[in-house]
Amino acid sequence: MSSSPAVEIDGLVKRYGGRTAVAGLSLVVSPGAITAVLGPNGAGKTTTVECCEGYRRPDGGSVRVLGLDPHRDARELRPRVGVMLQEGAGLYPGARPRELLTHLARMYAHPLETGQLIEWLGLHDAERTPVRRLSGGERQRLALACALVGRPELVFLDEPTSGVDPAMRRSIWDLLSQLRADGVTVVLTTHLIDEAERIADQVAIIDDGRLVATGSPAELTSSDESTVQFTGPPRLNLSTLGDALPPDAVVRETAPGRYLVAGTVNPQLLATVASWCAAHDVLPEELQIGRRSLEDVFLELTGRRHA
Amino acid sequence: MTFSPAPGAAPVTRMLLAQTAFETRLLLRNGEQLLLTAVIPALLLGLLAAVPVFDTDGYDRVDFLVPGILALAVMSTAFTSLAIATGYERRYGVLKRLAAAPLPRWSLLLSKALTMLVIEALQVLLVGGLGMALGWRPHGSVFAVVILVVAGTLAFAGLGLLMAGTLRAEATLAAANLVYLLLLVLGGAVIPLSQFPDGLQPVLAATPTGALAEGLRAVLADGAGVPWAAVGVLAAWAAAGMAAAARWFRWE
Ligand SMILES: Nc1ncnc2c1ncn2[C@@H]1O[C@H](COP(=O)(O)OP(=O)(O)OP(=O)(O)O)[C@@H](O)[C@H]1O
Ligand SMILES: [Mg+2]
Repeated sequence: MSSSPAVEIDGLVKRYGGRTAVAGLSLVVSPGAITAVLGPNGAGKTTTVECCEGYRRPDGGSVRVLGLDPHRDARELRPRVGVMLQEGAGLYPGARPRELLTHLARMYAHPLETGQLIEWLGLHDAERTPVRRLSGGERQRLALACALVGRPELVFLDEPTSGVDPAMRRSIWDLLSQLRADGVTVVLTTHLIDEAERIADQVAIIDDGRLVATGSPAELTSSDESTVQFTGPPRLNLSTLGDALPPDAVVRETAPGRYLVAGTVNPQLLATVASWCAAHDVLPEELQIGRRSLEDVFLELTGRRHA
Repeated sequence: MTFSPAPGAAPVTRMLLAQTAFETRLLLRNGEQLLLTAVIPALLLGLLAAVPVFDTDGYDRVDFLVPGILALAVMSTAFTSLAIATGYERRYGVLKRLAAAPLPRWSLLLSKALTMLVIEALQVLLVGGLGMALGWRPHGSVFAVVILVVAGTLAFAGLGLLMAGTLRAEATLAAANLVYLLLLVLGGAVIPLSQFPDGLQPVLAATPTGALAEGLRAVLADGAGVPWAAVGVLAAWAAAGMAAAARWFRWE
């Protein structure tokens, strides 16, 4: 396996009319790994991936896929790159899963055996149902199968597990691990933090068209910072606590009645939190100190603006 | 099962044939499409041959009707059916997704053309067979018929693709059916153009359906050679429609 990057995005800019969807994003994807592009709605995940797939032309910066230009070298790239569009779009509504897969397989030199692929993805019971009548999850899985059938060396999967039930999500995760084990490079987008944390070798957090953090899940969560969490009555006014905390610490209500303080956790910080609670007659239940989870990192990096 | 990469495109002729067979199969399975391409033409031929509703311009009833119904059949496939199918393929992202497959764009278009020719061949068998059962005897040159049908197909396909590539799928569905209906009545398929006001006749004769119906009638009923005027009209439509489609067609 060569060690040159599978995908190299450098300063990518993409605008739609007046608005900038991707604003100078750079990202390197290593071959043979699973890279998760994680970000909230509208962050620019699909736009970024579609620039790599050759669907959109960058307004600035450059994109190289397998060392090639997604536009100029599209012909050479097509057999080598598998594509799954968001929401499993692009399936003939009148076709049936098996015939659609068999048809796509005919476009490749060494396709996968469609029967096995159907088994793997649990589509056996639906193989003769027209696409337009498939459930959302079945459609997703069929679109995933379509991305894989040509035995590509790199796949772009736009939200492969959205709308899929938990059991099926797990089996898709297994499938993705199998892809990696077999040497396929996987780039996927997701909103699901636990998905990124669990299966990705590299996570790229993007927000507002920018890369805000990248690294392995362990790298992203390891830092001196950790957290104090407690529960209490919902909608406490946190402004005075914020003022009392040291400048590097922040506090947020992550869910009604759940509070998170992130910063350098030491006895002083804990004392500050406890005395603020006492002053406000709040009993901090389930008070605990923890390492930051990827969720904390994600919310901290992308959530402040939305909070 | 192993997913170990083994990328590679199939030979382009194999992709082309596969795509043609696949699209043909989907069309033949689609009830609404069959209504337009098979049921309506066959029904009209049967009914109008049996019941003298319209004057037939001095021709024998079936001799007049068969060429007109063939023109209608070509329009139903190369315009209405193509526009509707392509409009929905665009809407559901099928065209977008196919662009990521090894099938080159030109061979996708070529396979659509081949698909239409296959369907049209089946329509010719259906309409011709039914016509013969009703006493029609074909005359004229097969070559001239083939030229007309191919020119007509290109003329309709350009317009159909233009519509499918610029309008929303629902609008394409409505507009393609409306045009089908209008040209069925006004395009000389079942009502002789001579029945329309003098000022309108040259306009109607210059529509693709008018040119195709009159051209096919000249060959099949009058035994004329290649009616170059009609072929010219169809070629002009084809050139204009294809150029406009190439310019404005949006794949997404
Ligand atoms: N074709 C388009 N025309 C105009 N604006 C667009 C277009 N496609 C995307 N956008 C805008 O660009 C921004 C980024 O969109 P994008 O689809 O890349 O986000 P995303 O991260 O994939 O979001 P989601 O998680 O909802 O799929 C959004 O604000 C979106 O409204
Ligand atoms: Mg998206």
